[in-house]
Amino acid sequence: MNTLIRNGQVVEDGWQWIDADEALPAARLETGGRFLLPLALWLAHRASLDPARAGVWLGPDDELEPVLPWLADMPLIAIRFPVFTDGRGYSLARLLRNRHGYRGELRAVGDVLRDQLYFLHHCGFDAFLLRADQLPHEALAAFRDYSWEPVTGRRVLPSM
Amino acid sequence: MYLYNETDQRLVDDRVVQFRDQMTRFLDGRLSEDDFRPLRLQNGLYVQRHAPMLRVAIPYGTLASHQLRKLADIARRYDRGYGHFTTRSNIQFNWVRLEDTPDILAELATVQMHAIQTSGNCIRNITTDQFAGVAADELFDPRPYCEIVRQWSTLAPEFLFLPRKFKIAISGGAEDRAAVRFHDIGASARVAEDGRIGFEIFVGGGLGRTPMVGKSLKDFLPREELLNYFEAILRVYNRYGRRDNKYKARIKILVKDLSLEGFAKEVEDEWSWSRGGPASIAEQTFRDMDAFFARVDYAPADADDPAYRQALHDKRAFARWVERNVAPHRANGYAIVTLSLKKTGAPPGDAIAEQMDGVADLAERFSAGEIRVSHEQNLVLPHVARKDLPALWEGARALGLATPNIGLLTDLVCCPGGDFCSLANARSIPVAAAIQQRFDDLDYQFDLGPLELNMSGCVNACGHHHIGHIGILGVDKNNEEWYQVTIGGREGARAALGKVIGPSFAAGQIPDVIQRLVEVYLAARHEGEIFIDAVERIGLEPFKARVYGGAA
Repeated sequence: MNTLIRNGQVVEDGWQWIDADEALPAARLETGGRFLLPLALWLAHRASLDPARAGVWLGPDDELEPVLPWLADMPLIAIRFPVFTDGRGYSLARLLRNRHGYRGELRAVGDVLRDQLYFLHHCGFDAFLLRADQLPHEALAAFRDYSWEPVTGRRVLPSM
Repeated sequence: MYLYNETDQRLVDDRVVQFRDQMTRFLDGRLSEDDFRPLRLQNGLYVQRHAPMLRVAIPYGTLASHQLRKLADIARRYDRGYGHFTTRSNIQFNWVRLEDTPDILAELATVQMHAIQTSGNCIRNITTDQFAGVAADELFDPRPYCEIVRQWSTLAPEFLFLPRKFKIAISGGAEDRAAVRFHDIGASARVAEDGRIGFEIFVGGGLGRTPMVGKSLKDFLPREELLNYFEAILRVYNRYGRRDNKYKARIKILVKDLSLEGFAKEVEDEWSWSRGGPASIAEQTFRDMDAFFARVDYAPADADDPAYRQALHDKRAFARWVERNVAPHRANGYAIVTLSLKKTGAPPGDAIAEQMDGVADLAERFSAGEIRVSHEQNLVLPHVARKDLPALWEGARALGLATPNIGLLTDLVCCPGGDFCSLANARSIPVAAAIQQRFDDLDYQFDLGPLELNMSGCVNACGHHHIGHIGILGVDKNNEEWYQVTIGGREGARAALGKVIGPSFAAGQIPDVIQRLVEVYLAARHEGEIFIDAVERIGLEPFKARVYGGAA
C-alpha cells in the first residue's frame, strides 16, 4: 500500500505500479488487484483489461493521443515526474483536464515535493504520491500556500 | 501607473509567508540544497561569490518615488548602501544575508514589489521601452499589455519549470527601444489598416552562448489573443524544448531544430484550441488597464520657455546635457530626461542609496512621481516640463547623475562581472572604468557621436555584448582573464549580432583597442555617419588591420 494525498486527504492506496520494463504475466492480472501500467503496456493489453482495474501512467515525453478515445472510462491516470524541475507533466495535466475533459483521478508520482503541490493542483492534479522523504500530513498545508489564484488556473481546479 | 488590487497584494503577501517557511526549513535542514535552489531562484535569490545576491523585479521598468525610496531603504539596512540596475529592469542587491531575505521581501511587498521570477527556469520579468507611454514616436502605449502579461505569467502554474529561462519584451513603437528581437518572445506594436490593435510576434531571439536574432512568427496578432497565443508558444516550448543540455534548452534552439515553419505550425495547432475562447482578453480588461496608464494631465507648458532658452544659451554644460540626455516627449512643452548611471569612476548601473532618494525627490518635483529603468542601466524621468529642465539639471548634477553621455561611448552597458558574479570568467567593472577614464573627454565623445559599448563578464551575456556597436566579452584562458572584442552589433529594427575582430586581449590593452577602433571610424566616416553605420559600410577589415597591425 502507498500513502498518498487524494482530494486533500491522506489515504492508503492499493494500485500496483508496473514499471516500463516489467512484463505483465496474465496470472498477475488475475489476482484481482488494480494496476497502473506504462502507456505501451496499457495499449497492448487494453482490450483484455477491466477498465476499472487498469490505470495508465505517462512519462513526461509521452503523447496523449493514444489514450484520448478511452478517457471517459479511465479511473486513474498518473503522470510521472522524473525530477521535480521537469515541468512537462504540468502541461500534460492541463491538456487532459481542460482540453480533453478528463474527469478521473489525475495523480502526480515520482519526484513530487511539498513545495510544488499548490501549482500541480492548479494544473489539474487531484492526487499526489509524494517522494519517500516527504511528510504527507505536513504537506497538506501546501494547498493553502496562496489565498490568491493564478490567472490560468481559475477555470480548471478540481475540488480539494 | 498600475496599482495593486487586493488579489495582487494577497499574492505578494502569501509569497513572503511561503518563502519564509521555505527558508526556515532550508536553514534547519528539512529542505535540501537541491530542493531549495529552484525555490530561492524563483524568489530572486542567488548565492554569489561573496554573499547572496537578491534580484528584485521592476516590472516593465516602472517605479514610483515611494518604491525607489524603499529600494534605498533596503540598500541601507540590508546591503552596503547601494544597488545595481540590470539590463532587464531589475535591481540587484549584492551583499544581503540569506536569512534576511524573507524580511526584505516583506519590505518590498509593502510597496507592491517583489522578487518573483527574477531568476529560475520560468517566465521572467516583462520588459518594455523605457519611454513607453510618453515617447513621441510610439504607436500605442505598451504598458497595459505588459501588465496583462505580468499578471498572467506571475506564478503561471503550468510554466514554473520550463526547460530554461524565458524572457518577454513588449514595445509600443516604430523605434524599438526594448530589444524585442533579442527575447524569447518579443512583441512589437502594430496597428492594422482597419485600425485593429495588435502585435508582430518575434520568437527565439536571445544572447547568451548562442546569440540569435528573433524571427517573425506572426506579423499581426490581434491584442485580444495575446495570452492565448503566448500560452500556445509556452506550451509547445515546455513540452518539446530540450532538457538534456542546459546550453541547448532555450526556445531559440527548439525553433532552429523544428525550423521556423515547423515551430509555427505547432504553435498554430496549439492556438487553434484556445483562439477566440474564454481566455481571450475582454475589451473591458483593456479599458480597465488603460485607465491605470491614463496619460498624466499635463499642465499646458510653453515649448519655448524663455528661462529654458536662456539656460541653453548661457550654459554650455546644460546645453550638452539637453542634447544627449533629453528626449522628445509626445506632449508639447514636455521632455523625457535620462539620468546617467554611467559617471566615470562609478560601476555602470550602480546607484547609492542617497542617489535613489535624490531621484525619488526629483521625480516628485518634476516628473509626477514616476521613474523608469532603462535596459541601458540608466534612470529616466518621463514627465518633465521643459521649463523645469534647468532646475532638474542642477538637482541631477548635485547627485552626480547629470553626465551628458547618453548614447555615447562612456554610457557603456556592463554586468557586475567577476567582482561579484560566480558565473563570470572575467571582471568587467575595472575594464569599464579604464574605458571611461580614457574617453572621459566630453568634446571627444561628442565628436565621436552615438556609440554603444556593451560588456559581459562571460558568455551568459548579461551585458548584452553581442548587440553593442562595440562588444567586449570576458573569457577565461588558462585561468587568466582575457577579453574578446566584437564590432557591428546593434539593436532595433536593423538588429544584428557583432562579429569577433580577432584574438582576445588582456584587460590593460582594451582602452587602446577601443581607441584604434574609433580612430578607424573617425578617418573613414562620411558626414553625419555614426560608428555602427560606418562599420556596416566598410566592413571589419580596416578595423582588424588597425588593431592587429595586419597580423591577425
